[in-house]
Amino acid sequence: MTVDHHEPDVSELLAPLDSVEPAVMQRLHDRLATAAAQQHTLDIAYRTVDSPIGKLLLAATERGIVRVAFEVENHDAVLQLLAEKLSPRILFSTSRLDPAARELDEYFSGTRHRFDLPLDFSLSRGFRLSVLEHLPQIAYGHTESYAQVALAAGSPGAVRAVGTACATNPLPVIVPCHRVVKSDGSFGNYLGGTEAKRTLLALEAA
Amino acid sequence: MEPKKPFELVVREHGPTVLRVCRAVLGAHDAEDGWSETFLSALKAYPELPAGANVQAWLVTIAHRKSIDIVRARSRQPLPVDELPVRPSGIGIPGDGHREVLDAVGQLPPKQRQAVAYHYLAGLPYKDVAGLLGGTPDAARRAGADGVKALRTILLDSSLSYVKEETR
Repeated sequence: MTVDHHEPDVSELLAPLDSVEPAVMQRLHDRLATAAAQQHTLDIAYRTVDSPIGKLLLAATERGIVRVAFEVENHDAVLQLLAEKLSPRILFSTSRLDPAARELDEYFSGTRHRFDLPLDFSLSRGFRLSVLEHLPQIAYGHTESYAQVALAAGSPGAVRAVGTACATNPLPVIVPCHRVVKSDGSFGNYLGGTEAKRTLLALEAA
Repeated sequence: MEPKKPFELVVREHGPTVLRVCRAVLGAHDAEDGWSETFLSALKAYPELPAGANVQAWLVTIAHRKSIDIVRARSRQPLPVDELPVRPSGIGIPGDGHREVLDAVGQLPPKQRQAVAYHYLAGLPYKDVAGLLGGTPDAARRAGADGVKALRTILLDSSLSYVKEETR
């Protein structure tokens, strides 16, 4: 809202009150996020981390990580969608996501081969959810074809649906949809881009 | 209808204005408590806020109620002292103008102080200010105008005495 002071000399009179130092806002924001988490009114906390496949957005409910998003997805748009689908009670806050940031860091430096994080699958339902639940069973450094995953998820005919489930995986990297490739050995599509999928598979093959 | 934004954006967009209002109404010392309680309470109620509502007016309404609570709580536990203790400034460098204006606002009667804060700092129309303070829009307008007039007098006096001291 633009503040209409009506009389220019009044706004001049009150101008000294207009300055709010960024450091003060930062401190108040952090205090708010901490208190909200304690009172269970912070439904979604989020932060970003840098990675070899670009900046990743991490978002978590009280139950666990609910979303990992690539930069190409547009982080602002992802947060807006979370506000509409889950809850608008969203604040930037690192503490809830510190363990995830640490594990991702270890994964990208090659020292971690499986994630040990609470996950919140609220954004997935039905067959897509069964596909996502199967993916962590594909071991580090291994791949499966879309057909193999369809079989494992209980619907051998649903190869295309497996493709959709992987393409809409709300928890990429942590739930390893990059380990699903085409039967001819080619990569297949990836939400974060083919290059990102190549990077992840190369990292795990090293 | 525009979908509801993540609360983070509400804090970023309106946080500074609400802090200015809290400073004017509560003074520098209690302003940050007022701000925190306002946004904590707003976060709790945010999902129920109708889409398309005026978010800044809503926040000022909450800040108004929280400020009254804080002032009441403080007056229930009075700590009489001869002189106010020296405190580090939470509002910038003393003498850069903040303190003088804030002190001057602090000298206004509550109604005038609130009218000045809600209308001139938060940009609420006098109709809404009257809704918060009770009374008619005209009365709110008068309180705002009287407040500004009093501020001018107080600030003029203090700058005159400052000049007198300097030239002594």
